[in-house]
Amino acid sequence: MRYTLLMHYPEVSPEELGDEVMEAGRQAMSSYAATLQAAGVLIGAEVLQPSDATTTLRKVDGALRIQDGPFADTKEQFGGSFVIDVPDLDAALDWAGRAPGLDWEGAIEVRPGATHTVDGMWMPNV
Amino acid sequence: MDAERLTDAQAAAASAAEHAARSSYGRLVAILAAGTGDLALAEDALGDAFATALARWPESGVPENPEGWLIAVARNRRRDVWKSADVRRTEPLGDGEGRDGGRAGPEPAVDPFADLDPWRIPDRRLELLFACAHPAIDPEMRTPLMLQVVLGFEAARIARAYTVPAATMAQRLVRSKRRIARAGIPFALPDRRAMPERLDAVLEAIYGCAALTWRGDAASLAGEAAELALVTADLLGDEPEAWGLAARLTLGLAARRPGPYVPLDEQDPVGWDARRIDFGETLLGRAQARGAVPGRFQLEAAMYAVHLDRRRTGVLDLAALRTLAAALVSVAPSLGAEVALAAILGRAESPAAGLAALPAGGERFQSWQATRAELLARSGRRAEAAEAYDRAIALSDDDDVRVFLRGRRTELA
Repeated sequence: MRYTLLMHYPEVSPEELGDEVMEAGRQAMSSYAATLQAAGVLIGAEVLQPSDATTTLRKVDGALRIQDGPFADTKEQFGGSFVIDVPDLDAALDWAGRAPGLDWEGAIEVRPGATHTVDGMWMPNV
Repeated sequence: MDAERLTDAQAAAASAAEHAARSSYGRLVAILAAGTGDLALAEDALGDAFATALARWPESGVPENPEGWLIAVARNRRRDVWKSADVRRTEPLGDGEGRDGGRAGPEPAVDPFADLDPWRIPDRRLELLFACAHPAIDPEMRTPLMLQVVLGFEAARIARAYTVPAATMAQRLVRSKRRIARAGIPFALPDRRAMPERLDAVLEAIYGCAALTWRGDAASLAGEAAELALVTADLLGDEPEAWGLAARLTLGLAARRPGPYVPLDEQDPVGWDARRIDFGETLLGRAQARGAVPGRFQLEAAMYAVHLDRRRTGVLDLAALRTLAAALVSVAPSLGAEVALAAILGRAESPAAGLAALPAGGERFQSWQATRAELLARSGRRAEAAEAYDRAIALSDDDDVRVFLRGRRTELA
């Protein structure tokens, strides 16, 4: 069963964090990914640029409206995701519990997939 | 007199039959849902057969193989449905019904009971209990979910116990079951690391089931909760707190009688169920045999056992009760535990000591007000006692308890 781990955490600039903390963060992310990969559960992962680089689209009265900034202006921002394939929620929670984002005053949402594409074809999550 | 006894015996037989039906139901739901995670489907397959069992077994007696009986009736029901689907199939159905000429009714291909040997149904109710009390399930819904899927109670009955509208409860139950299926909550025992916390949630939910009808006797939900605690302890084998809860609920039932409310320490031991007391003490012994530091349920069971020991000794061992109550406050601090300790201190030392031990901030709780009223009355502070009794009466949700408290208030004068 596929789950997406949605990572939300407060955004802090690299300058505020300092090189050392940034490097430790990168290390934590790569060792987390390596662990998931070695366990054979990792489908894919992506860490996103900060929300000041994001652009949000809406359609208002049929016309596209383009707006700078994130969909929701919250203290914690969506920062990236891991997609894993594990037997059940307990396994997913176990992996999510080891994600580095939790040490950055963040929250992780563990959400089961409904359907996903394989070579462009929709497949149900089983 | 004889007629009354006969009625008692009949009532006991009916209650035993209902219990057997519920326990078979839970075993079958556990097996059917374990494969697919789909509780609603498992309940659908068994629903009719279970309703028939609830109606018939109290009169006819429990069949030799209850699970086999339920499976056979469920299969017959399905066959009936397919037959009526056959009848519909022969009627003109119009055009464009697809290759097989318009199928109607459910597909008869899948028999959910196909792989089950009716004589060897394994007991997987424990896995089902852990799914119901999973941390991803709203704590408020864990007990109602257990009552429905493990014990087969209808949403309307559960709604009554929680005093919420039946439709509301039904909707919440449907949502929780869908959540179990969609979120992929497993039907499995947690690993050793997660066990202590997860077991707490299961025991808490079973305790909640008993607390719903704390004045009920063995034929009520309280009886089913005690049975469920026993099944849990038995299937886990080695968990002291599970045995502690089984002991606590069994001992609680031993002193339970319908009728006017009388506090435990004022009851006449003649009315107690001696067999149940012995059984509860045996269960408590099993909990204590593990030698670990006793947890909340063991301590509560031990306090009950001290009260019930009055049957043998004629006096209440206040010193033992005080030690246990103090231990409970330190192991599992709660307002209820502190109030219980204050009440015991009020008897073992003085009403003033009891009043001093009452925790701050308990004004909104019935037991706090009732205990305070009692302690004030015994200190001779009548006006304050009357006021506390009034508050306790207003906070009571049980008619018999209100009658009792009004009586106490009248005695003040």
